[in-house]
Amino acid sequence: MKTFSYHSPKDVKEASKLASSSSMFLAGGMTSIPSMKLGMATYKDVIDLKKIKKLSGIKVSSKTVTIGATTKHAEVAASKDVQKAIPALAKLAGNIGDAQVRNRGTIGGSISNNDPSACYPSACMALNAVIHTNERKIEANKFFKGMFETALKKGEIVEAVEFQIPEKADYQKHPNPASRYAIVGVFVAKHKDEVNVAVTGAKSCVYIDKDLSKKLSSDFSSSAIEGIELDDSEMNSDMHASAEYRANLVSLYAKKAVEAC
Amino acid sequence: MASLVGSRVERKEDKKFLTGKGRYTADINIANQTYAIFVRSPHARAQIKKVDTSKALKSSGVVSVLTGKEIAEDKIGGLIAGWAIRSEDGSEMKVPNNPPLANEFANFVGEPIAVVFAESLDEAKAAAEKVEVDYKVLKAVVDPAKAMDSEPIHKDVDKNLCYDWLLGDRKAVDEAFAKADKIIKVDLINNRLVPNAMEPRACVVDYNTATEEITLYTTSQNPHLSRLVMSAFGNVAPENKLRVVAPDVGGGFGSKINVYNEEIVCSWASKKIERPIKWVAERTESFLTDTHGRDHVTHAELAVTKDGKFLGFKNETIANLGAYARVFGTVTPTYLFGPCATGVYVIPAAYSNVKAVYTNTAPVDAYRGAGRPEATYTIERLVEKAAMELGIDKTEIRMKNFPSQFPFKQTLVHTVDSGDYVAGLEKAKQMADYAGFEARRKKSEANGKLRGIGVSSYFEACGIAPSAAVMSLGCGVGLWESAEVRFNPTGQISVFTGSHSHGQSHDTTFAQIAADELGVPMENIDVVHGDTDKSTFGMGTYGSRSLTVGGIAIVNACKKIIAKGKRVAAKMLEVSPDEIEFKDGEFVALKSNKKKTIGEIAFACYVPGQRDEMKSPIPEGDEPGLIESAFYDPPNFSFPAGSHICEVEIDPDTGNVKVEKYTAVDDFGRIVNPNIVEGQVHGGLAQGIGQALYENTQYDETGQLMTASYMDYTMPRADNFPEFNLGFTCTHATSNPLGVKGCGEAGAIASPPTVMNAVIDALGGQEITMPATAEKVWKACKAMKKSNAKAA
Ligand SMILES: Cc1cc2nc3c(=O)[nH]c(=O)nc-3n(C[C@H](O)[C@H](O)[C@H](O)COP(=O)(O)OP(=O)(O)OC[C@H]3O[C@@H](n4cnc5c(N)ncnc54)[C@H](O)[C@@H]3O)c2cc1C
Repeated sequence: MKTFSYHSPKDVKEASKLASSSSMFLAGGMTSIPSMKLGMATYKDVIDLKKIKKLSGIKVSSKTVTIGATTKHAEVAASKDVQKAIPALAKLAGNIGDAQVRNRGTIGGSISNNDPSACYPSACMALNAVIHTNERKIEANKFFKGMFETALKKGEIVEAVEFQIPEKADYQKHPNPASRYAIVGVFVAKHKDEVNVAVTGAKSCVYIDKDLSKKLSSDFSSSAIEGIELDDSEMNSDMHASAEYRANLVSLYAKKAVEAC
Repeated sequence: MASLVGSRVERKEDKKFLTGKGRYTADINIANQTYAIFVRSPHARAQIKKVDTSKALKSSGVVSVLTGKEIAEDKIGGLIAGWAIRSEDGSEMKVPNNPPLANEFANFVGEPIAVVFAESLDEAKAAAEKVEVDYKVLKAVVDPAKAMDSEPIHKDVDKNLCYDWLLGDRKAVDEAFAKADKIIKVDLINNRLVPNAMEPRACVVDYNTATEEITLYTTSQNPHLSRLVMSAFGNVAPENKLRVVAPDVGGGFGSKINVYNEEIVCSWASKKIERPIKWVAERTESFLTDTHGRDHVTHAELAVTKDGKFLGFKNETIANLGAYARVFGTVTPTYLFGPCATGVYVIPAAYSNVKAVYTNTAPVDAYRGAGRPEATYTIERLVEKAAMELGIDKTEIRMKNFPSQFPFKQTLVHTVDSGDYVAGLEKAKQMADYAGFEARRKKSEANGKLRGIGVSSYFEACGIAPSAAVMSLGCGVGLWESAEVRFNPTGQISVFTGSHSHGQSHDTTFAQIAADELGVPMENIDVVHGDTDKSTFGMGTYGSRSLTVGGIAIVNACKKIIAKGKRVAAKMLEVSPDEIEFKDGEFVALKSNKKKTIGEIAFACYVPGQRDEMKSPIPEGDEPGLIESAFYDPPNFSFPAGSHICEVEIDPDTGNVKVEKYTAVDDFGRIVNPNIVEGQVHGGLAQGIGQALYENTQYDETGQLMTASYMDYTMPRADNFPEFNLGFTCTHATSNPLGVKGCGEAGAIASPPTVMNAVIDALGGQEITMPATAEKVWKACKAMKKSNAKAA
């Protein structure tokens, strides 16, 4: 790892002041540290967000669950409030990676990184999340732009993610046996007037499967999507799974998720 | 006194390892040390046109930068192949030069080209990036099946072929096949594996400018062998000026047998730069450069009668050696593979033909089981398929072909001293509730799942020795083992062994054996290993040989101690030595019942006299002190055997395979410590099931390793396994006084075919290659649905 200056600001303002074109925000370090160690990224300044109290914690209202950016996956998984309000979200967090990753990795890091096989982005999409940054509020469907790409500008800090509480929801994941990231993850959320089926792992970026969402919006039952064949032309094909297999998993897990709701 | 051999004494090592007090190579630091970083080839095959170190030399903190040019100038030898294998046509194998730093050609991604030594690790890394290597990239040869038709990657190695080896009789096999009712055929791929020792390789070298002695701390399974190779072939230093210490070593599985480039380079360089050197591999370097395992492409056939008798066996295999032939690289796919490929069966005619090829991939060498997992996979897939095609129960067909008596002269090489294969399989059937399987299959079916059961019966030749046998087959050294038992004057004992423990718990097992032999508490015994300046010369630990060879050397040294003790006791008790009996730590004069404890004898040996009387307890012709050593070269290999049964359940929608039940019944002869043996079986099973379902080393067509981290290479985890159901049968080995057999590799040998047979059973007999990943299985399930629909 190349040497860098380490900063541990006490508030968001100070953190954003420290940011430059050669700086990085450090959250759980689960992605950022390995990439620095492998020499894939080098920074002059590393700005640790973990000491900023305001960025951590879980708030639940009647309509929304708001999770601070540096809240760890393990905290979300164990939160009684989240388990009650959106059990699917707690379940998702509890199945991320492994225990070590869950005890360090954060929601802010996850969505800012926007790994095509990360779990949280699918929850953001399906639960009509609003991403609060130090500068603005961004709707989830405008936040995830592409592979490892988000709407965040340089120096912009995610402060919290606000999820809409659905009537029902479930998350189903086919883990990569090596890393345990999602080969495919499907988040199904039934809201009052719509159903969202968000898919991660299958393509270069998380997306809402419009076809599945539409079918389920008019009939929220697994039979409504039984036997549906999805177009796999844009799906990822790599050594872990072919596009054909991923397409099968998306429709299968969508069905399983509906059944689990 | 109750025997310690056979009891579950707690491991002496536990406290050290569980409280983080182990001392591994990376824990060792020497004042004034420099840090080494290797510049490695990013290409699988390239000509090295120029290495420019000028910028790196000017980089901050750099002490020295060395390349293949300097190492060649100093006449430092290359890495070696330890076994010479002859081709069927009588020609010797073709072995390319393997310099420690590649000078002219790089032949796999990760091959070291140059090395940087700097005051800090960061400075070494920064400087390594400044070494400029001018490569001419060449087309890589990656696929072993195509290697013989590709451009040769080494000078003087035609068709990339190291050897084309034959064991057995083609004519006899043809005749047997002509008589068969049916020929069963399989095409198999034995997937390449990365050994993945928990501790990455490392070395710390300290050169003393005054004594001119090099001390090399290293992650080795066999420090004496490393010293011998570095001295005799590497020309690094004479053996008396080279001390090799392998302190605590965190797993080897065969990958730490070889003396590697880095150890040779750092030892040589430490003398050159007159500074201590530290090098610790990063995980990526382990993936790229540790020797890999397996990697066979096999076509095999079994000739059978319609009632399931085996008549003949043939095996045509292409073995991938990787870029170079290493220590056990050439023997693993020949004598460790071919003879065992006829398995536990009486097969009148057989041959194994192996073509070993070079490719632009990491060198392949021994990995837990080394050749025998490949052999067992070959025969046990055939046998299972034969059962299926003939409609005979899979256990019955095996029983039918087991030998009826021991010693069992196996078709190709070995005479198996002891065993009872029927008892093993019967016990496994019972423990696995084989009879109840159909009911469980129906239950799974009712839940929309596919359930399969797989069996494999194996034997293996391990305890790698005897010297005359292995040397006759091409081994460059003898494979005996040695020990020294040293009493202190006050009665505690140091047991020095040439075996090396890197997870095998020798401190405990060897202490149990010695304690029984000497009649002293285990606490009085310390086992010393891993340091060429301390322990006796040893060939090291691999091939499940430590107990059956090294352990017996300890027994024999103890017997010499007792013999001397008897002479001393006889003199002290004023009787003749044959009137002394040794029992439970006491020398007893049979007639008078007068006694001396072994502690008293040890004391007398070191303090041989008394006040006021000119009287020595040491008999004439004996010397003071109580130290004895022994070298042991057994009369035969060791032949553990057993039967394993696995049940899997497959979800046809996802292709996920779940190992529901796993039963292993093994015959390891007499068991010294059941805890430790069960641990060895568990570890072997985890690696073998890992091979069957998860692990796979993949190179792309340019020779880049795609599975170079745990993000992509699936190491199995605890939640991938059920609780293992272990059982033992015991027939004592007749080839050693303890009656013990090797146990370290069995789990990894038996389990891949057991699991695959179960998966294939669930898939209605459809062949599928290892690892049986979810997607492959899903595709097979789809094909099955289609063909079922057609049939209906
Ligand atoms: C072995 C392994 C398995 C994993 N499995 C899964 C899985 O199954 N599912 C899953 O969803 N994820 C998985 N992950 C990802 C993990 O859960 C983390 O979410 C992810 O690594 C990043 O989170 P982090 O908190 O560690 O962020 P870091 O690694 O510290 O940061 C990641 C990136 O986000 C930026 N960043 C961090 N916080 C903020 C912020 N508040 N504002 C702006 N930018 C920010 C950083 O600058 C950096 O660029 C896995 C990771 C590993 C290593």
